Amino acid sequence: MPDQLLFAMEVTLNGLMAGVMYALVALGFVLIYKASGIFNYAQGVLALFAALTLVGIQQGQVPFAHLINAMTGMHVSHFGWTVPSVLAIILTAGVMVGLAVIIEKLVLKHLVNQAPIILFMATIGLAYFLEGFGDVMWGADIKKLDVGLPQGISETVESVTDSIFGYGFFIDNLDIVATVVAVLLVTALTLFSQYSKQGRALRAVADDHQAALSVGISLRFIWILVWSIAGFVALVAGIMWGSKSGVQFSLSLIALKALPVLMLGGFTSIPGAIVGGLIIGVGEKLFEFAIGPMIGGATENWFAYVLALIFLVFRPQGLFGEKIIERV
Amino acid sequence: MNDMSDGYITADGRQIGGVLMELKNITLKFGGVTAISDISFDIRQGEIRAIIGPNGAGKSSMLNVISGFYIPTEGEVWFKGYKRGPMRPYQVAQLGIARTFQNIALFDGMSVLDNIMTGRLTLMKSGLLSQAMWWGSASKEEDEHREKVEKIIDFLEIQPIRKTPVGRLPYGLKKRVELARALAAEPKILLLDEPMAGMNVEEKEDMCRFILDVNDEFGTTIVLIEHDMGVVMDLSDRVVVMDYGRKIGDGPPDEVRNNQDVIDAYLGVAHD
Repeated sequence: MPDQLLFAMEVTLNGLMAGVMYALVALGFVLIYKASGIFNYAQGVLALFAALTLVGIQQGQVPFAHLINAMTGMHVSHFGWTVPSVLAIILTAGVMVGLAVIIEKLVLKHLVNQAPIILFMATIGLAYFLEGFGDVMWGADIKKLDVGLPQGISETVESVTDSIFGYGFFIDNLDIVATVVAVLLVTALTLFSQYSKQGRALRAVADDHQAALSVGISLRFIWILVWSIAGFVALVAGIMWGSKSGVQFSLSLIALKALPVLMLGGFTSIPGAIVGGLIIGVGEKLFEFAIGPMIGGATENWFAYVLALIFLVFRPQGLFGEKIIERV
Repeated sequence: MNDMSDGYITADGRQIGGVLMELKNITLKFGGVTAISDISFDIRQGEIRAIIGPNGAGKSSMLNVISGFYIPTEGEVWFKGYKRGPMRPYQVAQLGIARTFQNIALFDGMSVLDNIMTGRLTLMKSGLLSQAMWWGSASKEEDEHREKVEKIIDFLEIQPIRKTPVGRLPYGLKKRVELARALAAEPKILLLDEPMAGMNVEEKEDMCRFILDVNDEFGTTIVLIEHDMGVVMDLSDRVVVMDYGRKIGDGPPDEVRNNQDVIDAYLGVAHD
């Protein structure tokens, strides 16, 4: 096979892997949007907060250390123990559930039957609050996240492809793990939302609050459930992105990359988030590879948004979005 | 409570049971506005009870008190012999009070089948975890509930639209799906808020038939609000008449029809 073609294949594969990472973030958006009709601006910050908490718990950091030091004149920073990764992840998941309960109590409960734009603005407020709160709680420095996920280039893939094509593909181990995790997560979530009692209740609440109450669904429970799941997905995204590029403020900006993914896949479809992510991932890598050199490169920064814009013109509900039904 | 046990025989010879729900001296105020003032009446096991009255009489408010959407300012609601404390609407639904809405509240994006299945949510026992894992019991339970729902679908003659998203259906069919969803909950009391509103004659006749059949087949106690006097008189066993938030009549249709206050409220009375 010609080298160019092999290289293109490798780029495509890498694109698929990157797409999975985008999809992981987009998934959190879709979940909350499906269940409450809210576009949750805070999803990216939720991932940042989850990752910060995970690192903090793992390394035995004292929460609010700076605040305590400033107020009492002490010099605390760490408890002096480290928590095993698995336990730390479970504890962090617990924190995310607690956060969901607090969000419902302090924010959502007071906004029943409000217009979606009001709820959207509430999530903007939530995003800024959490961003600052995370900093105060765990400190603003860049942290390294290591929960024992394999790092570096996969040698298996390299040697296997080398023996077949005489050309070794460079694929990141972490990306492979992320793909497996994403596939599992999406399968579980799709089954849950389509075929379970709570999944049906969840879709019912998204459709009509009053009708949902009349069939005996507790809005409170469903909202806590949804935000817990979103928090859990944020945790998974936070682990993957945090392991890849460190835990820092810019982690919350990955949410911006989720936007074009959502426009492509549709805001209401879990499989859509995955396919949208893959198309964007592969698209931007291939575009950079094939056309980038002709126009000066750095196309990855804008390609996704332009693609989303084109999609908006021709198919505003996205690839998998619900048809907008209006009886005339 | 008086005459808890003994019922009465209707004009068409059905046996009506004891008191299922009793509303005692219900008053409902919104700020300075009194929507309902000091109304008492009871609902008996197996009867079709109508609440009628001109626009703004407080009928819908009354229905909302029964369904728990409003908590009365004063007065008590007794259900199955127990006084009902302040409850959230979803808890009242779980007690076995299902309803339909005047302006149809269905889940438009979901199929007819899924809509009706939501009616059975309160009857499903398996917990969150087994649902999430899709363990055996959850899947078996789903099948059982599905069977019951299919029966209701057959009963209301909506088999052909089973998989259609509700948003695509015409008005009359939506009303029927809403009735199906309420029935799926196997309610002790079924509340119907203007079930015939906006229907043509044929659809009205269908709906009348279904309401009578539901009462006959499942023995469901039905409370309905309706504007159409003809419909009410044909359907119901006993009628409460409201006007300006007060009760002005209560009894079998024939008795109510001849009540002077009721005639005045409906036809108007000359003020001289």
